[in-house]
Amino acid sequence: MAQGSPRLEIERQKLRVHSPLDQPKSPDDLRARQLRARDLLRGDLEGSDLDAYVEERVATTSLEKLLNVARANSIFPATFGLACCAIEMMSTVSPRYDIARFGAEAFRASPRQADLLILSGRVSIKMAPVIRRIYDQMLEPKWAISMGACSSSGGMFSNYAVVQGADKFMPIDVHVPGCPPRPEALIYAFNKLQEKIKGNPEQGWRSRYQAHGTEEWARGGPGSKPSEEAMEAYAQAREVLGA
Amino acid sequence: MPDAPGLELILAEINRSQPGAVIDTSFDREQAALIVDATQIIGVLTWLKETPGQEYTFLASVHGVDYLPNLPRFAVHYELLNRERYERLRVKALLNDPAAEHEAGADGTPAGTPGGSRPDGVPSGTATQLLPHIDSCVGLFPTANFQEREIYDFFGVVFDGHPDLRRILMPDDYVGWPQRRDFPVGGEPVIFTKDEVTNPGWWQ
Amino acid sequence: MGGAGSAGSLEGRLRDEEVTIGDLKTEIEDRTGATVELAPEQEMMTINMGPHHPATHGVLRLIVDLEGEVVRDLKPIVGYVHTGIEKSCETMNYWKVIPFVERMDYLAYFSNMEAYCGAVEKLIDMEIPRRAKYLRMLHLELNRLHSHLVWLGTSALDLGAMGVYFYCFRDRDKVLDIFEMSTGQRMHTRYFQIGGVAEDIPSGFEKKVRELIVTLNTGIAQYESLLDRNEIFLHRTKGIGIVSRERLLELGVTGPLLRASGDAWDLRKEGGYLAYPEIEFDVPVGTVGDGYDRYRVRLTEMRESLRIIEQCLDGLPEGPWISDDRKYVLPPRAELSTSMESLIHHFKLVTEGFRVAPGEVYNPVESPRGEVGCFILADGSSKPARVHYREPSFVNLQALRDMAVGEYVADLIQTLAMLDPILGGIDR
Repeated sequence: MAQGSPRLEIERQKLRVHSPLDQPKSPDDLRARQLRARDLLRGDLEGSDLDAYVEERVATTSLEKLLNVARANSIFPATFGLACCAIEMMSTVSPRYDIARFGAEAFRASPRQADLLILSGRVSIKMAPVIRRIYDQMLEPKWAISMGACSSSGGMFSNYAVVQGADKFMPIDVHVPGCPPRPEALIYAFNKLQEKIKGNPEQGWRSRYQAHGTEEWARGGPGSKPSEEAMEAYAQAREVLGA
Repeated sequence: MPDAPGLELILAEINRSQPGAVIDTSFDREQAALIVDATQIIGVLTWLKETPGQEYTFLASVHGVDYLPNLPRFAVHYELLNRERYERLRVKALLNDPAAEHEAGADGTPAGTPGGSRPDGVPSGTATQLLPHIDSCVGLFPTANFQEREIYDFFGVVFDGHPDLRRILMPDDYVGWPQRRDFPVGGEPVIFTKDEVTNPGWWQ
Repeated sequence: MGGAGSAGSLEGRLRDEEVTIGDLKTEIEDRTGATVELAPEQEMMTINMGPHHPATHGVLRLIVDLEGEVVRDLKPIVGYVHTGIEKSCETMNYWKVIPFVERMDYLAYFSNMEAYCGAVEKLIDMEIPRRAKYLRMLHLELNRLHSHLVWLGTSALDLGAMGVYFYCFRDRDKVLDIFEMSTGQRMHTRYFQIGGVAEDIPSGFEKKVRELIVTLNTGIAQYESLLDRNEIFLHRTKGIGIVSRERLLELGVTGPLLRASGDAWDLRKEGGYLAYPEIEFDVPVGTVGDGYDRYRVRLTEMRESLRIIEQCLDGLPEGPWISDDRKYVLPPRAELSTSMESLIHHFKLVTEGFRVAPGEVYNPVESPRGEVGCFILADGSSKPARVHYREPSFVNLQALRDMAVGEYVADLIQTLAMLDPILGGIDR
């Protein structure tokens, strides 16, 4: 118009004064969100606004991470109760300590259909090969939780009949202490396993409190051996004690 | 329980019909027991079960005991119960350990000394002829079936006449009689982090 | 299913008809009219219901000889949970044996403890205070309730009634809350000590138990309404697994199995340990001895347990909860700072333990499964020389063969459920 041209261009300017979009109180401000949604639907969001909007709403991830999340949230435990811990495992299915909240209420009888072997109870020497065979029959990916003191380390039974820890013959992902562990403890272990499946395993208290370096290693750090003189002295002591 | 005089009467009665069967009685802490010669155990049990007036028809438990270092070493205890009068009676059949006598004969060391296991750690007396024998009472009391198998499994006592004498709780190919007193308890010592110095790399 | 009118159309499969399961060969000949020559190896099939099986209660292995669907022979193989508890007990002093021994029959842990503590108290000739007796009885009956609730839940689950499982475990958690209140642990509480109980009950305990009694009475009515007249349950349990009373006695079976076949044998009434003679309760008895009778006997026992609990609460005497014989019982900690003797006793009990004069004792107790008896051989030292448990599940398992032979495989599952085996007790 200023150049005297007969064509007229109408430039629409959005009325943004006093609009919540200008000064949003917080990113979650409801009015701001509503207005942005309205803009999206109208086709008015452009450029970086549009990118930001989409990123906030759609989770982009790798297929692997997605699969891991799916696996973690729908674990099929195998019905594997050995002894007293089995009763507490049964009560995690009960209404009070519901394990169905985490998607694991479908306990599968057949090891071929199960993901997770919850070793609940003492592992006797007669049962160990059976457990190994059942674990071998499970299809990958598979995990194992060693529930209770007896399957983690032999528990109070340090004798001829109990295998001192199930990880002597099979890999275990999470150990649960207790005799028997409370159902809440089992569910905590279950959650830890879920974190491990999703790819961020919980390494323990030393990583949480930056306390690496407090382990009681031999002088020289982890993996080092004691000095020669020390080894001789220990060998002598063992002879004397008749170990 | 039959009290001490009652026990003496039973001893007299049984010894009249089966001389030498009952060796001794014991009434200790209100528990009545008859100590019986193992070779005549069936006769004693039959007498106790069938004689009117005794009628100990319920066998509550059969279990084995290892009295090492006392001799005779083994015993099989029968816990009998008379349901009408609610009286319990224990019958103890004492057994010697043929393996120890065999070794005593061979080495000249006195029977029953500990340290009688072979150098490879397997307890002596695993061959059947070196195991104590006793008659099985499964014919009289069918409840003894599993329980006698358990005594065989844990003590090595062979029950002659048992329909199916094999190990019940230990794996079938296990060597050794676990609940004998000279069998080691087993297990592993507990290892602490401070033991890193003596057991390097235990955590791996 | 067809009623009386259409009975003719369903040949021989209704339970209310008389079905005799005969020889396979004659059965085929009867039905088809053809003469069949069966090779011997075609008749029997031996299958292995392995230690890992959803329906065996624990790791029980059954080798079943089947002819078609009919069980002809049954061999249980046990030992998959054998823990060597009896051997381990010989290396601990008397006080330390208690946690070992309670892990045998892992649903009836108070009964295990009572058998052991009663046996040691007989050995050392100790009389426990009255309050301790009542507290022990209270916990024993709560444990009986807990054991029967778990049994009902898992058995109903085996038979397909999943809802009952959730109801039972909901109520079981309430019982475990009571245990946690008085003992600090849900299972394996180590509450009974030699000489009484470890701790007195806290305030608020009585109120909570009375609430529980009311809740559980409604709960039991709920289970009864779900299962008592349930047609499927009735068809599955009525007339199945009947063994005569004489045969059961020959096999040494005790507990609800024996009571279901008509014999009112209960050690709480006959033997009269603790303070049971002062408590009024009835012993439920069945008529036929089939699966349904066993179910009814256990349910009624639950109600009787509630009655006993109520009487225990009403009649709970005041007084010490553990004996004050310092030679065998730890002195209270407050005394340790004032009395030198208490300190010495404490030291001796904690390090070496008390010594028991040589002797043998057998102490039977009524557990939810039958007669559990503890045999202790004392040799004068502070450690028992032999601890043996006569476990009811171990002896009752011998009756499984008699119950299951001649019935269908599906009935085997139900029979096993009604037998109520606990593999921890069988294998020890």
